[in-house]
Amino acid sequence: MPGLLGKKIGMTSMFSEEGKNIPCTILEVGPCVVSQIKTNEIDGYEAVQIAYDEQKESRMSKALMGHLKKANSKAVKKMVEVTPFDIEVNLGDILTVDLFEEGSFVTVVGTSKGKGFQGVVKRHGFAGVGDATHGQHNRLRAPGSIGAASYPARVFKGMRMAGQMGNERVKVENLQVLKIMSDRNVIIVKGAVPGAKNSYIIIEK
Amino acid sequence: MDLTTTISKELVTKLDLPNFKAGDNITVYYKIKEGSKERIQFFKGDVIQRKGSGSTETFTIRKISNGIAVERIFPVNSPSIDKIELNKSGKVRRARIFYLRELTGKKARIKESRK
Repeated sequence: MPGLLGKKIGMTSMFSEEGKNIPCTILEVGPCVVSQIKTNEIDGYEAVQIAYDEQKESRMSKALMGHLKKANSKAVKKMVEVTPFDIEVNLGDILTVDLFEEGSFVTVVGTSKGKGFQGVVKRHGFAGVGDATHGQHNRLRAPGSIGAASYPARVFKGMRMAGQMGNERVKVENLQVLKIMSDRNVIIVKGAVPGAKNSYIIIEK
Repeated sequence: MDLTTTISKELVTKLDLPNFKAGDNITVYYKIKEGSKERIQFFKGDVIQRKGSGSTETFTIRKISNGIAVERIFPVNSPSIDKIELNKSGKVRRARIFYLRELTGKKARIKESRK
């Protein structure tokens, strides 16, 4: 599915025709330059590399700048490969929000907000152990038992424990496109999108 | 101004409402749907706050109904609002007059502002 790079701008709400108040997310999407087309013959797989978010040329390495010059692209902050890219594109093409239609459904990929190293209560919704009082010592948010003893004599793989939470790639499917503002390169989708404000997102048709 | 505020202002179709603020006594006529029928109901009371901006702006309105205080929050730009009548413009020193919740009887009156 063809995809574009963009940024999450923030959330607001709008009224539907029936008068319902709909929460929605504002996304700045594109314009993206097709910076490389990967083919089976040369690269062993098919993908389209797109470049987004202009920046100063002095901030880029000469090697990367040379790569972008091939596609007549300006200096950019972010590049990503999208595969499969169902529509025909050529090197140097500029893709804009016009790729999408109002009312259609899109997939948005983002990086969720990082929560740091979290315990099982926050990370997996465990209830904790026992009471807060009545002689309870320090086990309030503990995970409890993680398995039996001499049989199986090990902890099963995938046992839910404390660890890093958030700051991972999250994909949300079937978000409805409510509005497209092509003069601003803005798409408004229904509902929430993973990640913080100004974080990069990939929006796929 | 950041892009969220700008766009959120563009998303609303402004209704032709009178300028009201906290302390004012207004009547809100709003449409309610019952099955396929639509009728208009009104809610009369004092505005105790206006909150937010753009498409998410709301106001809270308070009235005493049969001795029980009722508060309702309306989005300012809700399409279900038919019209708003400004009955009295009050003279208050605060933008949010929550102290009214603790007052009853004669103390809960709001002075009318004379312009």
